[in-house]
Amino acid sequence: MLNLKSIFSFALAATLVTGMPAQAEEIIKLATTTSTENSGLLKNLLPKFEAESGYKVQVIATGTGKALKLARQGDVDVIMTHAPAAEAKFVDEGFGLLPRGIMENDFVILGPKNDPAKIRNSKTVEEAFAKIAESGAIFVSRGDNSGTNMKEMIIWNNAKVDASFAGYKSVGQGMGKTLLMANELQGYTLSDRGTFVAYKAKLDMAIDFDGGQALANPYQIMLINPAKYPDLNHKGARAFSDWLIGAEAQGMINSYKVQGEQLFKATYSE
Amino acid sequence: MNEGWLALLQQALGLLFSLDPDVWSIVSVSFSVSFAALGITLLPSMILGFMLAFGRFPGRWFVTNLIQTLQSIPTVVIGLLVYLMLTRMGPLGDLRWLFTQKGMILGQMMICAPVLVAMSQAAFTSVDRRAWETSRTLGASWFRGILTVCRELKVPLLMAIVAGFSRILTEVGCSMMVGGNIADVTRNIPTAIALETSKGDFAQAIALGLVLLILSLVLNFTLGALRGKAEPRSH
Repeated sequence: MLNLKSIFSFALAATLVTGMPAQAEEIIKLATTTSTENSGLLKNLLPKFEAESGYKVQVIATGTGKALKLARQGDVDVIMTHAPAAEAKFVDEGFGLLPRGIMENDFVILGPKNDPAKIRNSKTVEEAFAKIAESGAIFVSRGDNSGTNMKEMIIWNNAKVDASFAGYKSVGQGMGKTLLMANELQGYTLSDRGTFVAYKAKLDMAIDFDGGQALANPYQIMLINPAKYPDLNHKGARAFSDWLIGAEAQGMINSYKVQGEQLFKATYSE
Repeated sequence: MNEGWLALLQQALGLLFSLDPDVWSIVSVSFSVSFAALGITLLPSMILGFMLAFGRFPGRWFVTNLIQTLQSIPTVVIGLLVYLMLTRMGPLGDLRWLFTQKGMILGQMMICAPVLVAMSQAAFTSVDRRAWETSRTLGASWFRGILTVCRELKVPLLMAIVAGFSRILTEVGCSMMVGGNIADVTRNIPTAIALETSKGDFAQAIALGLVLLILSLVLNFTLGALRGKAEPRSH
């Protein structure tokens, strides 16, 4: 028979172990994009960093727009995003320090396998976008101010197409949900390659346009200016940034694979 | 927060009173979908509620409990069910209703009906059976009899309608899954609030929240005024 006292002391011990608040110094709050979290990259990298440094990284995965906002408000210690223009503004305005490009992957245009808008032989991504708009096909946009959404807007702008044609649907959802919607509606969408690889089995879609370097998707890690928010964990943030650009982490990024495909290419250079 | 509460509230009010087209498109999607769902379910639900209260038929106990259960199912579960029915591979996939207002209306009907049935059943059960019997023995037709009972029950029946309506007007789970939150088409107040919050743009979320708050204040104060006239009689 179970002894009440032993159950009680066990419960107490369990509560102490799991519920004990780690000391504020040891926690690093990282705001980042859903792609780094959903792809499983962070789960692969963080335990190693945590074991080596003694810090604990808490990840807040959200769109790049919201991640930058959290950083502006001093709600997180460090930020890793993928929207170069918005990041440059963040640094210029004195919120961000020491932006370091740590890795990149690329965007692709996904669409129905039979490619109704005939974008496969397009020379540029702008041409492909214009064809989608002209053909009357459906285009599903994330419309959530994420890094992918910002990239999409830049392309429409460069293609001189007004993104309000009949088939344009701005759905305001994360990448995964947007892919499922595009699949249901058999429309086109702009996606990062990593999320597509992760969702491939669920989708009746193909990469209809692969833009190479023109669709590169660079990720940066940035520190937050201590002058703005002195009480953040700046030491931990710096340690994390330094670790990410090191040979070990850069190697781990290169060798991280999902379903046999490399998702990110390490890019740090002095 | 470096924006400050007051500044946010000011921006939100600005959006509302400048009749920002985005805000009003969202509000109108919300209302047209929810009114349609309520309009279609109202009469059948009330009739079922009446039958469950007054009728005696096999399976009555089972149906009553089933409806009580349906009332407490989270809206995302109903959303999931409707999604699976409407998806390309689903039994109703050929309708192509997924990510349309029709799909949202279907989902909201399934959320609203149990509330209407259960609350109207409770109202009809509470009425003095003699009101019904007397009007019938005085030669009133079936229909007139029901009207007499309904007049007695004006307040509780209105409360049922308000409860059903507020449940569908405020639910986010089913609308997000089945509607897909498409701008200007299926984006309603709750899904827009979820989106704006995920973007970190709080002003518009607050503006939309205010619309819901004002609406529920108006509905409930109106009900309160009606109820005020229906105090228990002292003699």
